[in-house]
Amino acid sequence: MKTYDAIIVGAGHNGLTTAAFLAKAGLDVVCVEKNDYIGGAAVSRNLYENWMYSNCSYVCSLLRPEIYRSLELHKHGLQVTPYGGSVTFMENGDYFGSYHDPEVAYREMARFSRHDADSYERYSADTMRQCRFIRDFLLRTPPDPTSFKLNDIKELIAIGNKFLEMGQDRMYETIRFWTMSVAEYLDEYFETDVIKAARSGSGIIGTALGIHSPGTAYVLLHHYMGDVDGNVGTWGFARGGMGAVSNSIAGAFQAYGGELRTEAGVDQIIVKKGKATGVALENGEEIEGRIVVSAMDVKRTFLKCMNKSDLPESFYNRVENFKIRGSSGKLNIALDGMPTFPALPEGSSLYISDMHFIDSMERMERAYDDWKDGTWSKDPYVDMTIPTAVDPTMAPPGKHFMSCFIQYCPHKLEGRDWTDPEREEFAKTVIEQIANYSPDFKELILHYEIRTPQDIEDQIGITEGNIFHGELTMDQLLFNRPVPGYAQYRAPVAGLYMCGSSVHPGGGVMAAPGANAAREILADLKRPSTVPENFGDD
Amino acid sequence: MTIQEVHQGRLRTPFFSRISALDTVNQWHEWKGYSSADTLYCEDTEYFAIRNATAVFDLTPMTKYRITGPETAAYINRLVTRDMDKIKPGRVAYAVWCDDRGQVIDDGTIFHLKEGEYRLCSQERHFAWLQAAAIGFDVSIKEETADIAALAVQGPTSFSVLSKMGLDGLAELKPFGLMNFDFDGADLMVSRTGFTGDLGYELWIEPAKAELLWDALFEAGKLHGIRAMGTHALELARIEAGYLAAYHDFLPADATVRTGRTRSPLELGLDWLVDFKKPNFNGRRALAEEKRRGSTWRLVKLDIEGNKAAHHSYIFAKEKGNKSEIGFVTSAAWSPVCKQNIAIGTVRTPHGKVGSTVWVEIYYQREMHWARAMAKATVFDKPFWFPPRRSATPPGPY
Repeated sequence: MKTYDAIIVGAGHNGLTTAAFLAKAGLDVVCVEKNDYIGGAAVSRNLYENWMYSNCSYVCSLLRPEIYRSLELHKHGLQVTPYGGSVTFMENGDYFGSYHDPEVAYREMARFSRHDADSYERYSADTMRQCRFIRDFLLRTPPDPTSFKLNDIKELIAIGNKFLEMGQDRMYETIRFWTMSVAEYLDEYFETDVIKAARSGSGIIGTALGIHSPGTAYVLLHHYMGDVDGNVGTWGFARGGMGAVSNSIAGAFQAYGGELRTEAGVDQIIVKKGKATGVALENGEEIEGRIVVSAMDVKRTFLKCMNKSDLPESFYNRVENFKIRGSSGKLNIALDGMPTFPALPEGSSLYISDMHFIDSMERMERAYDDWKDGTWSKDPYVDMTIPTAVDPTMAPPGKHFMSCFIQYCPHKLEGRDWTDPEREEFAKTVIEQIANYSPDFKELILHYEIRTPQDIEDQIGITEGNIFHGELTMDQLLFNRPVPGYAQYRAPVAGLYMCGSSVHPGGGVMAAPGANAAREILADLKRPSTVPENFGDD
Repeated sequence: MTIQEVHQGRLRTPFFSRISALDTVNQWHEWKGYSSADTLYCEDTEYFAIRNATAVFDLTPMTKYRITGPETAAYINRLVTRDMDKIKPGRVAYAVWCDDRGQVIDDGTIFHLKEGEYRLCSQERHFAWLQAAAIGFDVSIKEETADIAALAVQGPTSFSVLSKMGLDGLAELKPFGLMNFDFDGADLMVSRTGFTGDLGYELWIEPAKAELLWDALFEAGKLHGIRAMGTHALELARIEAGYLAAYHDFLPADATVRTGRTRSPLELGLDWLVDFKKPNFNGRRALAEEKRRGSTWRLVKLDIEGNKAAHHSYIFAKEKGNKSEIGFVTSAAWSPVCKQNIAIGTVRTPHGKVGSTVWVEIYYQREMHWARAMAKATVFDKPFWFPPRRSATPPGPY
């Protein structure tokens, strides 16, 4: 029986990234995927006639340009097209838009408050300062503060120096920033409710927290630190849908000689004499590997695909308590034409933007209240995009694909499974909310796909359908991610590694966890690294 | 007598009414006397229209000559360095032409319109030189820049747009081919050419029909993401495609004062355009001599580490130690579509062989302070961006 150098479990974008960098280093790598398609949550699916659906993740910004470049993803078909801004429709018939052009953005804010328009510059600089602090660590392995290994000490000193560099006031600011709520953070700069509401959304996306919950300011940062071609904070559409990201990484992986196997779900990671030696597939087949790398979230990896007896008790308990709560759903819609939004001027650039339909901080928090009550938000925070307003490849000319990300939506309804009528009710909630601002929207709907967190878990495998493979709160970030002592991509079992979004730097279509894991694995194997370093901004 | 007064101020192309109607940023420059837009609404959006949908560029100010007469083919073949006998009617060729010292005067495209009839299209004006080179040939040369309105229609959906406009048979048109269509009773020439390195076409029509053509094009393109673009977006696409630009990557030999500032085609990586099998062409003797003795300069395409664009950078052979530079960057950009830090430069031979490593000194500013980086670069000889759709025939819908 053949023994691979490495078996990667899960062909999502992180699994594929690890696979590609290991194959690039000359290893004999197989990547196994349970579904009959690859991509995990970065996927394009043909679910209706000639429409392609980005039916899970839907926009691209965090994908590290270093990885894009190093794997030559453009040669494997990836193209990311940036798009305009965002718009929040208001109950009074008005709207608040964000624009790419800073002067237009200024005038729009000044329409509501000159104070807020002026304050934006300071907000932007303060947020960028935090971004700069964290961005450098995205493509680095977090140091273990309790180890006295040279690399860890060096890394800690680097972080410390970066921190000290900020100066006293800003060090205080930073410590506050990491623990405060997005609502408090925004209160320090803005007075207009709709402006705060529009900006607060980024603080809760994918997170089972409300805008007033501590730690959500950081989540805002997580959505702000991406960039498209150096334009920090810009978001883009992957041409052909988010599957283009995974497909291009898979293309690179195969070009380096890697082997991809679909419909090969892993039932068990095999451990012999304290070392991972391969995987047993659901169909009973066994594959041998010198190392096994799991791109699955930590709960699925350790609680479902391993024997408890192979793991240290404390580790097992930590994983059990890892926060990975389902908080968001999706509604993916095929449209017969572009819906009109009468509030917007004709031809407005905001038709190519993220659209939102909650205009106050109170409504944002109330949406969270529903989730705490065990049900979906009756007035949800929807992050809606129409990628086909830019992308000619995902629907026939003149037709459109609409992606609605919906916050909040629980994994279980009041603790029990969703029923089909409830799923339909959930969809209806979203459709009605959008229809309030677009009278022709409903009649344009040709087909839709509902995805509750439970659906996402069932189809993709992410525990509770949490888009980040675990929440991005301070207790689960950096050297605490996924659990203290195991942040350097190595599992407690020899030969077993973690490369999914449960590890640093976390979720989003970033590919950084996958790249960082590959670098650590290659170091263990005493091979030269194929993983690029951070470009750096300075 | 009637005096035909010269036009004061900037000229307007026949598309001006349409372009200015789309303009929101009021950012124009002069191009050979004409008003030409830098950008119309947003450079990024315009650039991505080239790479993702369809972008339309007004290239009317491009200098155009019609060359006719019984000896035109022989004249053209004598004029440029490449073998033009291979360029049959209905085909287009990229070409360079040199002075007697084998130094490049300009580059451009030559359209073999029909037997014995050519159009030469270039950045600079060459009427006097074209006439001087015509001695002994029975040809007639006519400047026709203002007589032809021209649009570049570039991008992955450009074929869909033009098909929807009713240009039947376009599917068969190969790269560097041209076809003629009837458009509202006028002749519309379409060539599969462009300056973007992507799927794309150029449209040529009499000025009286220009606005009608624009309207038809934008109507047809409505559902295919059509957008107008300015020169800034085009310039970025041009560098990604690895195309040279006069006054950036070389200087027209006849307008250059200082010795050693001009370049030969061999020094511009255009060896493939020089056919020594031809008995005669302008600059042949000098180029043959250069080939024998070796060139002084070499054009390099650079893939540079990091993400800071290497504008105006010196190029060095080594990172440290050797103080003297071996050349400099002439065009540079961060390529959004390749996610590569790319540049075109010129270095002294024997440096800059394909696959070799050079070092680029990059100065960049961050919040007032300047910083300097020595970035490693690999020499490349292919276009940075060359998607399969560029040469696919028939082209796909996107």
